[in-house]
Amino acid sequence: MNDAMHATSKSKAKREQLKYKFKKFIFGSKDTEGAGKLALVYLLLISIGFIYLYPVLYMVSKSFMNLNDLLDTSINWIPSQLYMENYKQAFKSMDFWKTFKDSILIAGIPTLINVVICSIVGYGFARYEFKGKKLMLGLLIFSFILPPQATMMPTYVFYTDIGLINSLKAFVVPALFGQGLKAQIFILIFYNFFRQVPKVLIEAAKIDGAGHFKAFMRIALPSAAPAILVVFLFSIVWYWNEAYLTQLYVVGAFASKTDTYHWSSLIVSLKNFENSYNTARSVPGSGMVDINESIKMAGTMLSILPLLIMYLVLQKQFVESVDRTGITGE
Amino acid sequence: MKKNRVVKPGQLERRENRVGYLFVLPWLIGFVALVAWPMVQSFQFSLNKIKLLPQGMAKLYVGFENYSQIFLTDPDFILGLETYLMETLIAVPVIVAFALIISMLLNQKIVCRGFFRMIFFLPIIIASGPVMQQLADQEAASIPMMNVTMIQQLLDEYLPQVLAMSITSVFNNMITLLWYSGVQILIFLAALQKIDTSLYEAAKMDGGSAWECFWKITLPTIKPMILLNVIYTIITMSNNEQNELIVLIYDTMLSATGGYGYASAMAWLYSIIEAAIVIFFAVLIAGRKDVYERRAKKYRRELKKEKRLEKKIRKRGERHERRYARYKQKQSKKGTTKI
Repeated sequence: MNDAMHATSKSKAKREQLKYKFKKFIFGSKDTEGAGKLALVYLLLISIGFIYLYPVLYMVSKSFMNLNDLLDTSINWIPSQLYMENYKQAFKSMDFWKTFKDSILIAGIPTLINVVICSIVGYGFARYEFKGKKLMLGLLIFSFILPPQATMMPTYVFYTDIGLINSLKAFVVPALFGQGLKAQIFILIFYNFFRQVPKVLIEAAKIDGAGHFKAFMRIALPSAAPAILVVFLFSIVWYWNEAYLTQLYVVGAFASKTDTYHWSSLIVSLKNFENSYNTARSVPGSGMVDINESIKMAGTMLSILPLLIMYLVLQKQFVESVDRTGITGE
Repeated sequence: MKKNRVVKPGQLERRENRVGYLFVLPWLIGFVALVAWPMVQSFQFSLNKIKLLPQGMAKLYVGFENYSQIFLTDPDFILGLETYLMETLIAVPVIVAFALIISMLLNQKIVCRGFFRMIFFLPIIIASGPVMQQLADQEAASIPMMNVTMIQQLLDEYLPQVLAMSITSVFNNMITLLWYSGVQILIFLAALQKIDTSLYEAAKMDGGSAWECFWKITLPTIKPMILLNVIYTIITMSNNEQNELIVLIYDTMLSATGGYGYASAMAWLYSIIEAAIVIFFAVLIAGRKDVYERRAKKYRRELKKEKRLEKKIRKRGERHERRYARYKQKQSKKGTTKI
């Protein structure tokens, strides 16, 4: 009897051990991750990642469908053939090459100015302790929170008066004065970054005979490469995606009133896609079909394609430099 | 005759720091010319009725009539404001909480971390107004597997209609909301990576669970980032071109009946409300004390109490001493008179 009891207790202990091992496997111990927990993490990441990508996948799949595929309820995701006609027609109605060139200019030139001016201003804030610096930083943050609508109308009148409207100048001039699109964030990024540059370095340069500006150009700027990359990327993306202000200032609210060069950008032409498509179609002999979902999706795809390609090429530098710049201000 | 100047310590440094003005000068000019002055002007506009004539602008001072007109005779603005308020108040916590969860998942040691990060940062690149508009038109902005009508019915039963409607719209535009959280994920991720890992190790030594670590280490450390993200979210939610009110202001500006004056009044009102929302959330978050602050406050209060008690005791002692001295004096006086 004693023996039997011993055996049961032994088997009980074994079972406990098994249970413990199982628990450890699923939930993990203090120093190892459990398999169950890991599985949960991956499940969450994959499912949320799918939800994130869903619109993009939807866009890609729809943009290749022809009219029969669209109406066929049995076809959900994979089109029966690679149908390029949608892209051709969207291409035509958007006047892609000209618009693409314009977009690059509209996003690129203000971005370059933004990088230069914001780095100078950020350096000024980080390096020097002058009177009223705190107040100025406060004003900087205030102008970030202020919605652009509050100043939009006087600015519009002002730009019209000095002849900036309907040209690229309407973006270049504010960027020159540190008031470009979301320039406040960029100034803060540079401010944070330059504060981390040791002061000793700049003082050493000064002893070697470098002036204020030379110290900035030769010492501070070369060390700020990650910050420059981040600002450049964000600035170009935000300028590219800005439809509202671009339409108001650069493209012009009353289209083609002026006799000068008529600007357009991919995002703005996507905004007015349906109208411009219908006008392009109404030209006799254009051979374009009635607008449908697939053509719209193809147009959307075309307008973000350059950014997507840029992102895929630069994503590694992008993710890494975000880690290094301390985009999060303290 | 040169004055004998006394060089004060730190003068050279102060003079050098003046160069800083030169560096920030472009921004300062820009701020005055393109932010401060237009703000004043816009306020002036909002007090006038403005007609665009071929000769230029014709202003007619009307005082605050534009503002009262918004409230009394313009149903569009008030209705838009109502939905905007409800949606913002619900969407902001959803977006920030979601961004925090995603960034914590991405911060773990997992395979294909770079790949997952690439997916979650993608919306930063492509989420712009017109693109979102196209996707929303195609109903690609809601999660297909989610049974929204069921949720809607459930909500309609138990909640007041305004609240139910805004919650349903959050569910309907789930992907739109998730897509707006790209920058927020980025900010959280950068903040999480800066937290010293030795803190977690020390907590583990003391037997803290992951749950406790989250509440007592992670959350207090990234609290400023939460505030930053909330403000950022409010601003992007309010200033994107899918917002009905923004479209309304834009249309009013160019319409014949509205004009610049009326649109300026709308813009000012809108800005004030947006600022109020920002302040509301800022107070809510910054005013909220975490464990350590609460404990420190309690400790400080106890310290104060102790000090007060000490003072009281000391005073009492002094009083007694004085009384005793007086008593002694009296005694001695009595003794001398007797003798």
